[in-house]
Amino acid sequence: MATLELTLGEDVQAQPAQRGRRLGPLFWAAIGWVVFVFAAAVFADMLPLPSPTDMDMLARRAPFSAEHWLGTDGLGRDELSRLVYGARVSLVVGLCAPVIGFVLGGGLGLLAGYFRGQFETLVVGSMDVLLAFPPLIFALAVTAFLGQSIMNLTCILGVLSIPAFMRVARAATLTLARREFVIAAQALGATHARILIRELLPNVALPLLAYFLLVVAVIILVEGSLAFLGLGVPPPIPSWGSMIGEGRESLDVAPRLAFIPAIAMFLTVLSFNLVGDTLRAITDPRQGAL
Amino acid sequence: MKQQVATSPLLEVKNLVVEYVVGNKIVHAVSDVSLEIARGETLGLVGESGCGKSTLGRAVLQLRPAQSGKVLFDGADLTSMRGEALRKMRRRVQLIFQDPIASLNPRRRIGDIIAEPLVIAGYKDANKRRELVREVLGAVGLDPALVVDRLPHEFSGGQCQRICIARALVLNPEFIICDEPVSALDVSIRAQILNLLEEMKTRFRLTLLFIAHDLAVVKAVSDRVAVMYLGRICEVGPSEQLFAKPAHPYTALLIEAIPVPDPDVRPAESVPVGEPPSPIAPPSGCRFRTRCPRADRRCAEDVPELRPIAAGKYVACHHPLT
Amino acid sequence: MTGTPLLSVERVAVDLPSARGNLRAVDQVDLSLDAGRTLGIVGESGCGKTMLSRAILQLLPKKARLSGRVMFDGQDLAHCNPETLRKLRARSLAVVFQDPMTSLNPVLTIGTQLIETLQAHLELDMIAAKKRSVDLLAAVGIPAPDQRLTQYPHQLSGGMRQRVAIAIALSCEPKLLIADEPTTALDVTIQAQILDLLAREQKRRHMAMIIITYDLGVVAGRTDEVAVMYAGRLVERAPTQALFKQMHMPYTEALLAAIPKLETAPHTPLPAISGRPPDPTRPTKGCSFAPRCRYSAGRCESEKPPLVPAETSAHQFACFHPIKIAAGVGA
Repeated sequence: MATLELTLGEDVQAQPAQRGRRLGPLFWAAIGWVVFVFAAAVFADMLPLPSPTDMDMLARRAPFSAEHWLGTDGLGRDELSRLVYGARVSLVVGLCAPVIGFVLGGGLGLLAGYFRGQFETLVVGSMDVLLAFPPLIFALAVTAFLGQSIMNLTCILGVLSIPAFMRVARAATLTLARREFVIAAQALGATHARILIRELLPNVALPLLAYFLLVVAVIILVEGSLAFLGLGVPPPIPSWGSMIGEGRESLDVAPRLAFIPAIAMFLTVLSFNLVGDTLRAITDPRQGAL
Repeated sequence: MKQQVATSPLLEVKNLVVEYVVGNKIVHAVSDVSLEIARGETLGLVGESGCGKSTLGRAVLQLRPAQSGKVLFDGADLTSMRGEALRKMRRRVQLIFQDPIASLNPRRRIGDIIAEPLVIAGYKDANKRRELVREVLGAVGLDPALVVDRLPHEFSGGQCQRICIARALVLNPEFIICDEPVSALDVSIRAQILNLLEEMKTRFRLTLLFIAHDLAVVKAVSDRVAVMYLGRICEVGPSEQLFAKPAHPYTALLIEAIPVPDPDVRPAESVPVGEPPSPIAPPSGCRFRTRCPRADRRCAEDVPELRPIAAGKYVACHHPLT
Repeated sequence: MTGTPLLSVERVAVDLPSARGNLRAVDQVDLSLDAGRTLGIVGESGCGKTMLSRAILQLLPKKARLSGRVMFDGQDLAHCNPETLRKLRARSLAVVFQDPMTSLNPVLTIGTQLIETLQAHLELDMIAAKKRSVDLLAAVGIPAPDQRLTQYPHQLSGGMRQRVAIAIALSCEPKLLIADEPTTALDVTIQAQILDLLAREQKRRHMAMIIITYDLGVVAGRTDEVAVMYAGRLVERAPTQALFKQMHMPYTEALLAAIPKLETAPHTPLPAISGRPPDPTRPTKGCSFAPRCRYSAGRCESEKPPLVPAETSAHQFACFHPIKIAAGVGA
């Protein structure tokens, strides 16, 4: 006689308590900062800020005042306003570029890890070639040919992030594709497409998403560095990196001009890192090994 | 259950060879294996790790490519089928795995997992699917209302195995291959699952290929048993007789090695017969000869063929016991 | 029993704080073992047998809290200083784990692992340690031992790796060897060889041994005494012969009955134990086995049965409705 598992209900309810404890105050502070920066960037036009491009030559490098909360920069432009509009560039590039990597790199990694064989060798090989390319030269070349713009910058950084996503997706797929639930799906007669989309993708997507947030942090930094070197978005569009670059000249007189955007970048990158790390820890396929 | 010679077997494996490449070496996982399973019977396949029994199970289902040989299911040649025809066949043949938790997609709900075979088979009506899922969950002893919306990690090993069995049964298959279905479970749960399998077999009128390394477990559910060693079948015969009077020295060795829960039975001082050789370079002739006390020159030169020595009993040995 | 036992576990309890509340992995266990004798600890997964062995070896996870005493050779292991403990390890206490692939370092050669242990604990020089290693490998039945010294664990089969793990454990002549499921991951023919090896070495060295397993078959012929654990508690304890002759605790009997035996005819329904092992984070007031026990009655749900002696003081069990008739005769 098969025995009925009647005691199931009570045992099963005990589970949900576990997750909540992992997200500490630091995590929520990070989320808070990200949301804040986001909101500021999105609603920048509606905020009572002076234009970021209006130059006031009489009030250059002005200290904090009621009119200019964070003072003005070397050309008399409102620092706070530039900071807020600069956030836009960082976030747009920071979020859109990794999306390219996520979709293309993640997709290639998933397929390579599932089908293996020559296709995998081809994919991995071409990613290795891409990785071997000095990224800065690549960025220089593209901007020289196609000009500097947010779009081009996003594409360059997006393409450069493809190999990393491919690696993460492939690694996750390799371990999962050999697990019995995938073989079970094959035994049921599922097509490759069905297995990839219904069995593998939901399992690979989560670690990939957690990794995505870490890449966002990196891209923001890289964009900042490129802008610092003069390779980013062209002036007068403000960008945190170019603000730091411009502030370099005033370091002895008004170091805040370089530090304020640097601190904003630091906090944003740190927040994305924290959120990404925490999500990665939570979505660890440890659950599958229980 | 006496094997009728007249009725054609449900499953026929003919001279199956499965090899695969590891690094630059070839692993001879399954070498020239032939088997027959009659409709309604349970054939147990027993052997230690590395003997190729799991590989054989997967190759029968065409989940692993075979180098040569045929697999006939109800007369149809599975080895030559491709695409849609093969997928249709899969609905009649199912597989249950060793690790029940790993056999379930950790991110899908149980209801979806069990309904998956129905979706693949083309059952469009969602309500009908739900009903079938509920029915089969009840059959394996789980309350559908408590189970359907949960994720696999919320269940124990034994419960997960029940869910896997439910998934295998939902399409009403004719033949199920059980690949070590209880090895990963606790002792007290094993008996439950074995009883469940027996009950399901009767209720759904199944034919089973039961693969395991535990002889007592295999004997408990099988009508006939095949013993496998290093890719070859050593002996096939009715369960009772095979274990009461083994004909192949390897079968005898396996039986002797089982720890008996009786303190008065002193465990036989095992002769240090060494380790099983690797399937990458199996011994010539009879593969068991390196550990066999009866081996001689002939065993190194001639591969023993599986031949009948009594009604329903076959052994591949030049010097069988009895 | 002559004199004080080599190992004496006194009212040992292990608590593990977890996200779901406190987990009592081991609940007030008393055990003792004399030199040269073998104790078998039997139970299923989650019964606490591994935690108990870790408690004896003082290898518990950081978060765990241990109460009670672990008296080994006159010292309380739970309360001695780390230096004393380190010296005791390998010299007197040794352990063999279930999976030799993870208990051996995969990036070091066998030789390095053996020699390191010998040098650290016996202070031998390289040449002496090497010779001793070869002797040890030969003693555990590994062919061509000198060649093995330069091999890595992955180049050996599971049985061979377990022999190496045993060689490392025995290298410093321990007084007590704890084998935690030493053969669960191995084939049945190799299992017999490994268990024979352990028995041989134990006799030779007059070593005390604890075998932890889920398999009553493994303990039947190879132990002097058996302790059965369930949900962190000791539920029955007896000299092996006495236990199999007459089991008192229904769980022990049910465990034995649930093992498929080679003598039973095929298709005989197995006497399965209904339900599942209890959740250690939700301890029950009464006997942990009560929900699955066919003999349970009122008292079983409200009180925890204490360990009481049976016909002899050596045989103890924890049950309010023990089995009085020999197994096989009762319904």
